Amino acid sequence: MISEHFPALIVVTPLILSFVVFAVGLFDRRYCFPLVIIALGACIHFAVSMMKKVIAQGSAIHYYLGAWAPPWGIEYVVDHLNALVLVSIAVISFLVAIYSNSNVKRELPEAKLPQFYTLFLLQVTGLFGITITGDAFNLYVLLEIASFSAYAIIAMGENGAQFAAFRYMIFGTIGACAYLLGVGYLYIITGSLNMADLSKLLPPLYHSKVLIAGFSFLLVGIGIKMALFPVHTWLPDSYTLAPSSVSALLAPLFTKVGAYVLIRVMFTIFDPSFSVTIFPVTEILGWVGATGIIFASILALAQTDLKRMLCYLIVVEIGFIVIGIASANRFGLTGAIFHIINDMFMMACLFTAAGAIFSQIGTRNIYQFRILHKTMPITMAVFIIGALSVIGVPPMCGFFSKWYLILGVIQAKKWVYLAVILIGSLLNAILFFRVLENAYFETRNNIENTLNNKGVTVTLDRIPKGELIPMMCFAVIIILLGIFSGKIINNIIQFAIPGALQG
Amino acid sequence: MEIMVGKFNYWIYIILIMVGFYGMMAKNNLMKKLIGMNIFQWSIILYYISIGAKKGGTVPIIMDTHSAAGQAIRAIDYINPLPHVLMLTAIVVGVATTGIALALLIIIYKKYGTLEEDEIIEALKK
Repeated sequence: MISEHFPALIVVTPLILSFVVFAVGLFDRRYCFPLVIIALGACIHFAVSMMKKVIAQGSAIHYYLGAWAPPWGIEYVVDHLNALVLVSIAVISFLVAIYSNSNVKRELPEAKLPQFYTLFLLQVTGLFGITITGDAFNLYVLLEIASFSAYAIIAMGENGAQFAAFRYMIFGTIGACAYLLGVGYLYIITGSLNMADLSKLLPPLYHSKVLIAGFSFLLVGIGIKMALFPVHTWLPDSYTLAPSSVSALLAPLFTKVGAYVLIRVMFTIFDPSFSVTIFPVTEILGWVGATGIIFASILALAQTDLKRMLCYLIVVEIGFIVIGIASANRFGLTGAIFHIINDMFMMACLFTAAGAIFSQIGTRNIYQFRILHKTMPITMAVFIIGALSVIGVPPMCGFFSKWYLILGVIQAKKWVYLAVILIGSLLNAILFFRVLENAYFETRNNIENTLNNKGVTVTLDRIPKGELIPMMCFAVIIILLGIFSGKIINNIIQFAIPGALQG
Repeated sequence: MEIMVGKFNYWIYIILIMVGFYGMMAKNNLMKKLIGMNIFQWSIILYYISIGAKKGGTVPIIMDTHSAAGQAIRAIDYINPLPHVLMLTAIVVGVATTGIALALLIIIYKKYGTLEEDEIIEALKK
């Protein structure tokens, strides 16, 4: 049966198609886009059917590449935690691919299309691979595939993007090398690279200094890749200057997949007791996340460029996820996992809307937004749904994950984190109202002009339907995730919490 | 002294990684940053390869499979090949990084006519 091979196919399909797209693009560029859609559509099918299977059988799918049993071979594992992340990656990359079809033609020269789609698919390959792999070294390789395509695809952007990509590359390489060193330390002490095998071999060694050094290297490496607060400096420049559809792909997915890897390392490879009591990194991570929320919110308030503001918002949201992980109990981790999923869709929604605004009015400066609700009502509606979700207004999904995060910090009795989460949400509200105020209201001069002209007539957005529909899909998904949050948590996320943290 | 000589491979990798880190962080020229990045990556590869080595170990190929089948194979006689295999992948990753970095540097040099970081930042501010 082919369905047994879905775990491998979800990585292999975009990988092979990425080269096919390039080869086909040499002859006829029109065929690139349909091929990308076919590849990503197939990935949605693989991801959804794997998630259904995991829910039905209630345990993880183990796939041995080349039928080599672990710990010798590479193992792909789909459990409740990453099944959900895989589906989200597949859906977002599919919708962003549709969005990019017309968007990228405006921002990039026609001749760059095959390269763009090749890198797009390689990026998705890397992200799927990071999520699905059950092998610590394989994760490094796929992390680098995702990072390389990110460096190259960001460098396609406007003036300055190449320099930003080079800086990102320096940071990213330090992160990847730190991760590799950490894996090396674990390998020295256990002689294994398989995550499930490592989790069995490590507990007797928990007081070893080698292990503590290795764990610290792993955390630093992942921290850089997921743009944790003090090492986030590569993110705003590179994501702002990248083409709109590239930042719509990278911003939702890359950092959140990093957060997923953090959960994997802290709670699957290591037992939760290690990072809570033996080597209390949760304490450090919590404070790092809390400072990150406050500082990144203030930095975001200082920005006038919409996309750069949203980039700092990514850092804020990573802070929320890290606080959830750091509270290390059932509610906190539920909130963190749910926030990973929600934040993917929220960021996809906001970045696609920001790209649409940029392509219609030609500027990203917030203070030049005027009466956008009349010239592009659909985009602004989508933007508001994303914004309300980030602020945490029910029934958008952002409310429910923040609710669980707050329950988690209350259970952990970390009152400072509670204050930070609430203040952070308020700062988010200020952040978005600053945008909406400029977009919805007019300056005094304009009002007089408008009165003389008997009002501006409402026109529909002048952007192609191919861009509007994915944006609206993201907005609908945000509301649906909120409405069905109980079902998602009871059927999937609940089983993704490690046994030691239950109860 | 014991800890210096007995674990010299770790000291070499730590010194190299610090040299690379210094190059990446402190140098103003992007090319020098790239060289620092390469030293950084290569030092980790050196570290991995050194952990596979054994005193008196030989190449991990069992020559005479027929007679070896009867007697147990002493793993201690052979160098651990796994870290070496892992590093083949890491070397490919390193080469790819260098390739992308050089391509970026060519574009940057064509655009701004310089590879000095402060001059590029000046040019970007305009």
